[in-house]
Amino acid sequence: MRNYDPFVLPFMLGFLFLVVLIIYKFAQWLIRLNMREKVLFRHGMLSRKFLHAGNEVFMESLIHRKMFKANPLLGYMHMSLAFGWFLLIVLGNVESRLHTGAHLNMPYFPIFLKFFVTEKETIPFYGGFTNLMDFLLLMVLSGVFLALIKRMTSRIFGMRRTTNLKVGDKIALITLWLIFPLRLFAESLTAAQHHNGGFMTENVGQFLAAFLPTDQLSYPAWWLYSISLGAFFVAVPFSRYMHIPAEILLIYLRHFGIHSTKVYSSFSELEVYSCSRCGVCIDKCQLHTADIHFNTPTYFFRAIRERSLSGDLTDACLLCDRCTAACPVEINTTAIRIAKRATFSTSFKSDFSYLPANHTRRKADVAYFAGCMTHLTPAIRKAMIAILEHAKVKYHFIDEQGICCGRPLMMTGRLEEAQQLVRKNEALIKGSGARILLLSCPICLKAFREDYHLDIRIMHHSEYICELMDRQILQIPAGTQLFSFHDPCELGRGSGIFDQPRKILSEAGKLVKSKFEKENSFCCGGSLGHTSLSQAQRNIITQEVVNELTKNNPDSLVTACPLCKKTFTRWSEVPVKDIAEIVAEVISLGSTQSDREQNTNSLGIKVHEKQKRK
Amino acid sequence: MRQVVIIGGGVAGLEAAGFLGKMGHQVVLLEKEKAVGGHVGKWDRLFPNRRQGSEVMDFIRKKMDEKVSIITEAGIKSIDTSPDGYAVVLTNGEAIRADAILLATGFELFDARKKEEYGYGIYDNVITSADLERIFREEGKITTADGQAPQKVAFVHCVGSRDEKAGNVYCSKVCCVTGVKQAIEVKEMMPAAKVYSFYMDIRMFDRHFEELYIEAQQQGITFIRGRLSEVYEDQGKVQCKVEDTLTGKPMKVTVDLLVLLVGFMPSPETKRLAGMLKINIGSDGFVLPIDGHISQNETGVPGIFLAGAVTGPKCIATTLSDARSAALQIDQYLKTK
Ligand SMILES: Cc1cc2nc3c(=O)[nH]c(=O)nc-3n(C[C@H](O)[C@H](O)[C@H](O)COP(=O)(O)OP(=O)(O)OC[C@H]3O[C@@H](n4cnc5c(N)ncnc54)[C@H](O)[C@@H]3O)c2cc1C
Ligand code: SF4
Ligand code: SF4
Ligand code: SF4
Repeated sequence: MRNYDPFVLPFMLGFLFLVVLIIYKFAQWLIRLNMREKVLFRHGMLSRKFLHAGNEVFMESLIHRKMFKANPLLGYMHMSLAFGWFLLIVLGNVESRLHTGAHLNMPYFPIFLKFFVTEKETIPFYGGFTNLMDFLLLMVLSGVFLALIKRMTSRIFGMRRTTNLKVGDKIALITLWLIFPLRLFAESLTAAQHHNGGFMTENVGQFLAAFLPTDQLSYPAWWLYSISLGAFFVAVPFSRYMHIPAEILLIYLRHFGIHSTKVYSSFSELEVYSCSRCGVCIDKCQLHTADIHFNTPTYFFRAIRERSLSGDLTDACLLCDRCTAACPVEINTTAIRIAKRATFSTSFKSDFSYLPANHTRRKADVAYFAGCMTHLTPAIRKAMIAILEHAKVKYHFIDEQGICCGRPLMMTGRLEEAQQLVRKNEALIKGSGARILLLSCPICLKAFREDYHLDIRIMHHSEYICELMDRQILQIPAGTQLFSFHDPCELGRGSGIFDQPRKILSEAGKLVKSKFEKENSFCCGGSLGHTSLSQAQRNIITQEVVNELTKNNPDSLVTACPLCKKTFTRWSEVPVKDIAEIVAEVISLGSTQSDREQNTNSLGIKVHEKQKRK
Repeated sequence: MRQVVIIGGGVAGLEAAGFLGKMGHQVVLLEKEKAVGGHVGKWDRLFPNRRQGSEVMDFIRKKMDEKVSIITEAGIKSIDTSPDGYAVVLTNGEAIRADAILLATGFELFDARKKEEYGYGIYDNVITSADLERIFREEGKITTADGQAPQKVAFVHCVGSRDEKAGNVYCSKVCCVTGVKQAIEVKEMMPAAKVYSFYMDIRMFDRHFEELYIEAQQQGITFIRGRLSEVYEDQGKVQCKVEDTLTGKPMKVTVDLLVLLVGFMPSPETKRLAGMLKINIGSDGFVLPIDGHISQNETGVPGIFLAGAVTGPKCIATTLSDARSAALQIDQYLKTK
């Protein structure tokens, strides 16, 4: 029995190179974690989270469950390649152990088993094994076949665009595609001589033997198979396939509670490497409408890896999160974009001293912060005040003078400057003694929830109104108006608020369905996330969105963000309204005082009657 | 006899109708409203010399003879080509033969509600320049919503013009001089009132306009260079946030009445007609003549001509010259047809 041949060398060298490199990379990523993250890592390794993460690695890296959900054909393609190959290795190992009786074999041994083991008798259940191995090889080959088709016509996969590849990726891709046909070829040629093949390799071998000198070709074929494997392993670190090991580590770290922040960190870097360049994000991007291409995370992350990132590419994004919501790897693309912007944006001498000092006027339960965008859409502000007055809420309008929440600065990467506003507002809000911070602008909502340290409930007015309705403090009479609702990026995808606005609107009238709602809703085009987009480009995006959202002839186009409202108004022939305006228009004066008395504190309702009586 | 159909009964359509009639052509003028006159019919006194708008209307009307028949409240269903020209089909089914068509559908005022930050339609004491003309004509005195005489009045230039966000990059040309004229009129009516004007730059392009501007300054009207960013109404007072771009300081001005100088917008009706007639629309939304210098009235489609504000913002004098020029071109066309 032979167990070595020089042809295994290309494979072995490539394999060793890759293993060393992965260990080096993993070590680098882990060492560069900050103190807090390191503690989380250490705790995670010893907890149940480790097992959960393992399970997810299996489901995502091998089965590609999320990819299946996003696109079944693409899911099958990835699954057949990854899971099929994985099973080939596992089964090959089992087989080789049965054969040698040893616990450890050289790594190449199971890979080239058919070359070394030509006598079937040495392995129990040989027939079963070899047919199973053939089946797995067929499965992998079907994946390769699909990948080939995808490259040629991505439309079959329902994708308008697929990732444009560079040299490193192309080499890796070609070697990867060659591996399995070469394996089939090598195993079949050997089977033609020794009849040790399964249903596929045996028959292919017979077929080849009819017109090829199989005895002369089989040895070179094993060489080629080994070279293709070695070449692929060497190409991995320089190609997108580095995502395979990176994603595994990413899944573990996430399970341990490590997440991306607005500062570019080792974890962000790991996320960047975990992008498989699958291209799912490409079609999601509305910037194509404005003739801007090659800006999506696929290309953005590649530029980071290649150290060729430009300020323009970093800027070319609405931060709408449409791609993030679709990414099967769930990479927080927006956080990375913002973090990278910080490295390009020029800081400016910010002086916010002109802002009013925080006047601790009368205390109230609800602090209403309209936000600067709402100050530009006074109809919303007026409607909110009417609703609060109607519900007899004890509120305090804390930004009557208009102070920015800081998020627009954060979006451009000016985190330092934004901090000044954050501190100013925190003092203002704490000084108000309120238990609820009520906001009309989802952009503010996201800033207050993510970047402020406040110990009070932070609510968007759609949530607040919904709660007032649930407690029957606000009654909304059923109406017949037809509404089309647009989910603002920062409210829907950004803050996960999808149901409350729909609930309010379904009470007040009828809501039309759209293909582009909830997770898949559009960006209005007015996003503050992209500062260099021209107005003309924005207009094209907005017009397309307005056409889509008004094609069912609704009575009004409703949204829940002052910026979306402002952006749509110019281009919509249908009236554009904020959800607060709809509510202010329809609220009944029917709710009785006794109803209110029962529902006091948690919503900040003033209990006039009772207090007086005491 | 040749017959010309004129669509639009503003000063452009009326002036062209008068001339074509005098030239011996049969004219049918279609006006969608109850009465002809267009926008000028709504203005009180005109710049630059503050004569009554009605005087100009009378002068134009006098020229029209029995060759011109006017159909008001006319809705156009379709415009069909026929072997000898066109047939304009009205919504009541009537078809009118036309050897040539003059499109004189003018403009629309920018809907100030689309600039929500200025609070038109939300706050009681925010009005437009067109509202102010109506107030001059019909009420003769200016009051705030609660019936008081305003002590402070501000005018805002470029509302819906030169504003990419509003979708209009062009200058509406006549709002500067209209604003200056109206500021003087307010000051004359209420000499004690303080009058402000927020502008980006003052465009006084025509004869006697600059003199009007000097007069306004002499009358003590305060011109502040800066764009109004937002407006807030508190207890009837309108608070304006502006950045003074000459001194570079953000400032707040509180007034009793805010007048928005609304600009020109291409009308959706015109767009519909242009589609039927297969004539081109420019990136600004106004109809494109075949050549901006030498063929202002021609469209490239035989027998279809243009006059007035349908090709972009114009004052009355320019509109009238344009209408006469169109009449001349149509006459030439009909003679050689
Ligand atoms: C606030 C303001 C003040 C102004 N003041 C002055 C001033 O003092 N002096 C001055 O020189 N200029 C002034 N102008 C400019 C002046 O109003 C225009 O030059 C003039 O109105 C242009 O006339 P027109 O006939 O082209 O268009 P319009 O006046 O708009 O008339 C178009 C006519 O066509 C009709 N029409 C439109 N579509 C259709 C259709 N599909 N079918 C039938 N009919 C249709 C309309 O109803 C309207 O009657 C002012 C403009 C503004 C905005
Ligand atoms: S960012 Fe996500 S969706 Fe986009 S290519 Fe990478 S893995 Fe795919
Ligand atoms: S966040 Fe939005 S704009 Fe940015 S790349 Fe993704 S889809 Fe495109
Ligand atoms: S004429 Fe004056 S107010 Fe009107 S758009 Fe031009 S610059 Fe602005």
